Amino acid sequence: MQPNAEGLYRQMYKSRRFEEAVTQLWNDGHISAEMHLSKGQEAIVAGVLDHVIDGDALALEYRGTAPMVMRGVDLALLIKEFMGLEDGLCGGMGGHMHLFSPEHLAASSGIVGAAGPAACGFAFAAQHLRPDKVAVAFFGEGAMNQGMLMESINLAAAWSLPVIFVCKDNGMAVTTPSAEVTAGDLLTRARGLGAHVVSVDGTDVDEVWRAARDAFLRAREGNGPTFLHATCVHPEGHMLGDPLLRMVRSPVRELKSKVAPLMKAATTGGSSLSERAASLGSIAGMLGRVQKAQKQAANDPVERQRQRLSISDAERDELERAIDDEVQTAVAGALRSLEARS
Amino acid sequence: MKTMTFAGAIEDALMKAMSDDPRIVVFGEDVHALRMNLYAKFGEMRVRPTPISESAFLGAAVTAAMAGLRPVVELMMIDFVAVAADALVNHAAKLEVFSGGRWKAPMVVRAPCGGGYGDGGQHEQTLWGWLAQVPGMKVVVPSNPADAGGLMLSAIEDEGPVLFMEHKLLADYWIDVVADAGRTNLDYDIPDAGARGEVPKTWEPIPIGEAKVLRDGDDLTIVSLGVSVHRCLQAAEELAKDGVRAGVIDLRSVAPLDTRTVCQAVEKTGRLLVVDEDYKHFSLSGELAAVVLEAGISAHFARVCVEDTIPFDRRREAQALPNVPRIVEAATKLVSQQGRRAPSAADGPVAPVSRDVESAGRLVHDRGRFSIAVALESAG
Repeated sequence: MQPNAEGLYRQMYKSRRFEEAVTQLWNDGHISAEMHLSKGQEAIVAGVLDHVIDGDALALEYRGTAPMVMRGVDLALLIKEFMGLEDGLCGGMGGHMHLFSPEHLAASSGIVGAAGPAACGFAFAAQHLRPDKVAVAFFGEGAMNQGMLMESINLAAAWSLPVIFVCKDNGMAVTTPSAEVTAGDLLTRARGLGAHVVSVDGTDVDEVWRAARDAFLRAREGNGPTFLHATCVHPEGHMLGDPLLRMVRSPVRELKSKVAPLMKAATTGGSSLSERAASLGSIAGMLGRVQKAQKQAANDPVERQRQRLSISDAERDELERAIDDEVQTAVAGALRSLEARS
Repeated sequence: MKTMTFAGAIEDALMKAMSDDPRIVVFGEDVHALRMNLYAKFGEMRVRPTPISESAFLGAAVTAAMAGLRPVVELMMIDFVAVAADALVNHAAKLEVFSGGRWKAPMVVRAPCGGGYGDGGQHEQTLWGWLAQVPGMKVVVPSNPADAGGLMLSAIEDEGPVLFMEHKLLADYWIDVVADAGRTNLDYDIPDAGARGEVPKTWEPIPIGEAKVLRDGDDLTIVSLGVSVHRCLQAAEELAKDGVRAGVIDLRSVAPLDTRTVCQAVEKTGRLLVVDEDYKHFSLSGELAAVVLEAGISAHFARVCVEDTIPFDRRREAQALPNVPRIVEAATKLVSQQGRRAPSAADGPVAPVSRDVESAGRLVHDRGRFSIAVALESAG
């Protein structure tokens, strides 16, 4: 089995364009509160999802948009759900963090780490009811410090459950650098819990696809779980309007109200001078890291795959145009629904 | 008098307490970014970002408190307490009794709560009734900056576990982080008096468990807490235009519950309306009905609460949360039960209850012999 470069690109491009459209709707105020997107993770999601067949289950976090799109859930239903409309995927009751599609055995959660136990249950049901079927859990490396996820890897290994634990590692747990709050090494950790482990460059869909192929095969043959670790970059941070990103992108606007109290706090009493200086240094370092990560975003998984296509430019343009149309049609339909409601 | 924001008052009081007492430490997810000023002032040993490991760091707060520190541990949202409830329910709350009173865990769990900005039912709960139900837990829910600062000091000074809940509509940085996130084109029903207000020149602790009568009224007593207090005050103004005199009580804490202040007011008005952003069933509102019955007070009763999982859709969310029209409607119905008010204990022995009176939504206390709680609610 070899990856289909064009098919994978189609999926990644569709997810990217869809999420760009969602970003616009969110910016326009049509979508309330938080919005966690998968921009930068497309190669991981596409490389894994390409192996998913009917009967396999998806345990998703609050960043479930890309997997839902690539699994074939109707785009307009998703947008309408994000806008809270009655004719959205879940009647506008769940929003983007709580996407559910029973037909696809796909369930989401806004709780960090919750995909672990969810995947175990899906896999246990598969052992009983759907032989050879697999459950996939998607989560970030920040979730690797959540007890329930560690318990789940052990459970899956102890019961030889057909689970693929996909760890999308961008190095940041919301606004905390993961390295500062994570001891040891994640691969060693997962191996210690009994999972087969593999680590790939998550911006290279080929690499992800091959690792996922082996993991699915292992699971379908009853040989237990795989921990698939894939590195990536989040050009939009943890969520749209990520507070650290805003500080880096619009320092004047975002920091003007913050600097005076910060300097006052740091210069009047409190802990020793060196400790306070260390804190300020750490805040500056944090912003510096975010800025650096922005530059790494040049290593864009979608663009990377685009360069690999062997089809002609005209064929590629046609492929992209068809997806652009599909996304636009979905947005227009959802906006009509919104208008009809008000 | 100086004024502060709700969030600023908490930080100011906390900063003062931390300056006075080196045992106070702050830890939780992202506190270096969320509490940047505290982080800059007190350094990483005292203001420490944690991994996303609620059960570990909440559990660690309990024993850190037992061993001499005074942790103020932060949960990103109260909804996430479900991940780590064991630390509070089975450990922090039990310690004092289990140890025969010999050991206590002086810790504060600080958590944003509540809805009104369209974040869905897993990020907008209040859950204060659920947590207050466990003996040994104190649960504080301030509605304005002065109370927030004063209650934070008391929470820190308390010898046991205190859950300090700040409503996201009141604490401006939560709206900035999880609702607007840099946008300026969305509106929220933020009560001005809750988000910013006068604070004392120097912080003094406000005792936990003392409700505050915000408005007197002879026709009915509205009891509430958190953001809903402001909805109640607004509703009381509207009711006044119709000649209805509604009293409003801000509980300020769920546990301990100031039953005396509530009962004193209801004794006079004979009508109790509870407005609670928590779930309706098995709840603070139900507890208040029971408290009034147990005190031997006969009263009409209604409640405006959250009845089901909070919808993501902001329109339906606005209906699900207590709002001014729902409060006015419930109050109006309650007051219309005039003349059918059950006799109070002071009126002498009560007659057997007839069926139509039962359905009118009354709490009837029959001298301790039996209580009737059938069809308690006629409104709400």
